Amino acid sequence: MEKWHLMTIVVLIGLTVRWTVSLNSYSGAGKPPMFGDYEAQRHWQEITFNLPVKQWYFNSSDNNLQYWGLDYPPLTAYHSLLCAYVAEFINPDWIALHTSHGYESQAHKLFMRTTVLIADLLIYIPAVVLYSCCLKEISTKKKIANVLCILLYPGLILIDYGHFQYNSVSLGFALWGVLGVSCDWDLLGSLAFCLAINYKQMELYHSLPFFCFLLGKCFKKGLKGKGFVLLIKLACTVVASFILCWLPFCTETEQTLQVLRRLFPVDRGLFEDKVANIWCSFSIFLKIKDIWPHHFQIIISFCFTFLSLLPACIKLTLQPSSKGFRFTLVSCALSFFLFSFQVHEKSILLVSFMLPLLLKDGLLMPLVVTTMAFFIACATSFSIFEKTSEEELQLKSFSLSVRKYLPYFTFLSRIIQYLFLVSVITMVLLTLMTVTLDPPQKLPDLFSVLVCFVSCLHFLFFLVYFNIIIMWDSKGGRNQKKIN
Amino acid sequence: MAALRLTMGGGNWFSALALGVTLLKCLLIPTYHSTDFEVHRNWLAITHSLPVSQWYYEATSEWTLDYPPFFAWFEYALSHVAKYFDQEMLNVRNLNYSSTRTLLFQRFSVILTDALFVYAVHECCKCIDGKKAGKELTEKPKFILSVLLLWNFGLLIVDHIHFQYNGFLFGLMLLSIARLFQKRHMEGAFLFAVLLHFKHIYLYVAPAYGTYLLRSYCFTANKPDGSVRWNSFSFVRLLSLGLIVFLVSALSLGPFLAMNQLPQVLSRLFPFKRGLCHAYWAPNFWALYNTLDKVLSVLGLELKLLDSNKIPKASMTSGLVQQFQHTVLPSVTPLATLICTLIAILPSVFCLWFKPQGPRGFLRCLILCALSSFLFGWHVHEKAILLAVLPMSLLSVGKAGDASIFLILTTTGHYSLFPLLFTAPELPIKILLMLLFTIYSISSLKTLFRREKPLFNWLEMFYLLGLGPLEVFCEFVFPFTSWKLKYPFIPLLLTSVYCAAGITYAWFKLYVSVLTDPPSGKTKKQ
Repeated sequence: MEKWHLMTIVVLIGLTVRWTVSLNSYSGAGKPPMFGDYEAQRHWQEITFNLPVKQWYFNSSDNNLQYWGLDYPPLTAYHSLLCAYVAEFINPDWIALHTSHGYESQAHKLFMRTTVLIADLLIYIPAVVLYSCCLKEISTKKKIANVLCILLYPGLILIDYGHFQYNSVSLGFALWGVLGVSCDWDLLGSLAFCLAINYKQMELYHSLPFFCFLLGKCFKKGLKGKGFVLLIKLACTVVASFILCWLPFCTETEQTLQVLRRLFPVDRGLFEDKVANIWCSFSIFLKIKDIWPHHFQIIISFCFTFLSLLPACIKLTLQPSSKGFRFTLVSCALSFFLFSFQVHEKSILLVSFMLPLLLKDGLLMPLVVTTMAFFIACATSFSIFEKTSEEELQLKSFSLSVRKYLPYFTFLSRIIQYLFLVSVITMVLLTLMTVTLDPPQKLPDLFSVLVCFVSCLHFLFFLVYFNIIIMWDSKGGRNQKKIN
Repeated sequence: MAALRLTMGGGNWFSALALGVTLLKCLLIPTYHSTDFEVHRNWLAITHSLPVSQWYYEATSEWTLDYPPFFAWFEYALSHVAKYFDQEMLNVRNLNYSSTRTLLFQRFSVILTDALFVYAVHECCKCIDGKKAGKELTEKPKFILSVLLLWNFGLLIVDHIHFQYNGFLFGLMLLSIARLFQKRHMEGAFLFAVLLHFKHIYLYVAPAYGTYLLRSYCFTANKPDGSVRWNSFSFVRLLSLGLIVFLVSALSLGPFLAMNQLPQVLSRLFPFKRGLCHAYWAPNFWALYNTLDKVLSVLGLELKLLDSNKIPKASMTSGLVQQFQHTVLPSVTPLATLICTLIAILPSVFCLWFKPQGPRGFLRCLILCALSSFLFGWHVHEKAILLAVLPMSLLSVGKAGDASIFLILTTTGHYSLFPLLFTAPELPIKILLMLLFTIYSISSLKTLFRREKPLFNWLEMFYLLGLGPLEVFCEFVFPFTSWKLKYPFIPLLLTSVYCAAGITYAWFKLYVSVLTDPPSGKTKKQ
């Protein structure tokens, strides 16, 4: 592709923003006894380096699961082990068993931030660049603008380089998966996605669309011939990659079960803290956590999640297309986030919602700056304020159908514009209030709950919006075929 | 909705660039800051807490006021905003006070005063012609110039990390240059006079201003062959220029003259008690001179030509110190550097007088004055290279030859600023920003001048690429070798010498191009 230098410049800008954000504080800095996610990651390096594999997920005198026990799949553990080897080479005090609890120093912070940057550089950023380059029917300038906007996405930067996590690894693998599957390299794509799931179980949110899309491809190729072969090959790839990752834990059932118990803590309640989830928002009006029995909560959340993502997934299986695949990824992830069990706010990686969390970490300045930068980059690259006609919002076929019944429904695009304005104003106001004012005595969580509630409404709107796009996309296509 | 559309619509690239770099500056707030931070905090305290008569006498802190009075008044104005952030920083006794609010205030003051720089860049963009413009926005000279100035690596590093207030000062200089380009000579002269009383380092380029204004403004017409028409001398213009300079100086130095403090002020402004070079040798001629001296003395000792008793022991192993004496070559005095600088400046000034080429000629003379002073001056700081780099950006989008010189000067000059940021967390930032700026400047200028001969010959390309291995050696390899304890100054020495070679080469090439340019009758209309 021509203009490699512009792409390099964009990647360099992304890296610079990431590293400057990482100069700020991290979660739990200087807050004993539990500290935060930063200490959790350091602790996992300590555990994986000093203890044998069999003890990683078990409670023991050396490994107190209450103090940041491992609750991610094995690939995270292996990554921590790799980092621990490097840490041991530089300064063994950082990962000494027991004595390194709560270790904090400038050099250690530098080391940890560097590990995030290297992981990002090796996995996520190449995926973004390649993904953008493989998009068809777009000019080079638009591809570069795409990469800029994706790399400037504040949610990922603030959580990975501010709060401290390694989301870029799992998201990067998932993106490689999307890339592979969209470009018809199905085996590599599914391998990459399995790696993503084995890094963070959160990626299961995206697993149904992958499954449906690949199944749809197999059906399309005909189950009696090539399709069946593809199905078998995919199944083998998935099984093989899982076995490879879980090898040390496959020897005894007790091991496997314990890991699963750590990954999916069904003992906990429907939600913890304030999450922009339907259940949390609903509990403003009705305290469902206390009213409904535990197993009923699990069943209800399962049913709602499943029902909300069923239409899009069925559609994807019957008519597999790259575009439908991408939209289904979003809507399924939203469904899972909104309705499922024991969701954490970080699962959504959406900035407006993570405001209270980031304020606690002291990351207000980077939050404001990166959000503004992202907004400006998107606005100048894509002129989003000018493209508000129905066709550009991909809602043309939907509004045509609606107009068959309601002939006066011509103002859809204006509704959306006003909704957008209202939403931005509400978010800015809520941010200002959260930062400057103190909540009233009787309702100490007022602002966090309001933020959750507003965010939940947003997510519901987007769930409906994306589902509309997915469902009405085929109808338009089918009509066209009939006409031709 | 329509109003929002207008402000954010796709046409306003300049605002997007300015806003983008401002956001980057905000992200740089928590980075390392040098002692200059304490210097400015101290000046805020001095100007706020003490009466004017004490400003140039106060010496509680070692960082005494050594900028001209306008800057002191500027700090005084800032201090009135500072008191709402943190009253404690305005206490003269609070040495090294740096609370979060102090940091925030100081950093934001630099970011906000940069608005003048942004305005000046906007004005400068109006002065360059877009004849070479392609249809693409990113290929227009205005766009390239804006990025080269607004996102200048040197300015970002020195102002927003190391901490100084060069942004608005360079804004004043660029604005005065723009005014001269726009034939608004009085404003240009006024702005330069004001600038001189903010920071006297700009005296380096005063000869260019003086000669140009005298030659092209006071003499209102030229003879057909370009030489001076003596009877077109306008006394009125000379008088008005003199009046402007006099009034500005009176406003600045008047109060101190009235209090008989002028000698004290001057002694603070021009401290000649310092050495030829400071602890990190700026990459100028004297760095090469010092190195040659050291090499010769080492050789002399090896070959037993010199008696080791006669040489001061310190100069052998200590490496880079404030240089006061040389061992083999003759020692250099402040007078000697002044004479060298004047000799270096003279040809360009003569060129400006005898072959005036309008504002463009003035700009070249200004850059040559700045570079010559950098190369031969006394106790030069490496930050002074920015005085040459920023105006050179204006020339670089005009001609391919100038672009090539600009790229060599700017890449080497920026690399020589690396030792300013020696802390580990800032290492990725300086490397990333340097790569960003260098890749952009080289690729955009190459695209702009792709129809002319290539910008670099193989020697220049080799030299520039050599900066990469040099950086790897100095930052990543050397700290782990055994030489680190015995000769800790080697990375600084290597950086200094390597960059000095590049800067001297650029200076020489620019001189050649100025001296061999055809006289004004044959050049194109500006």
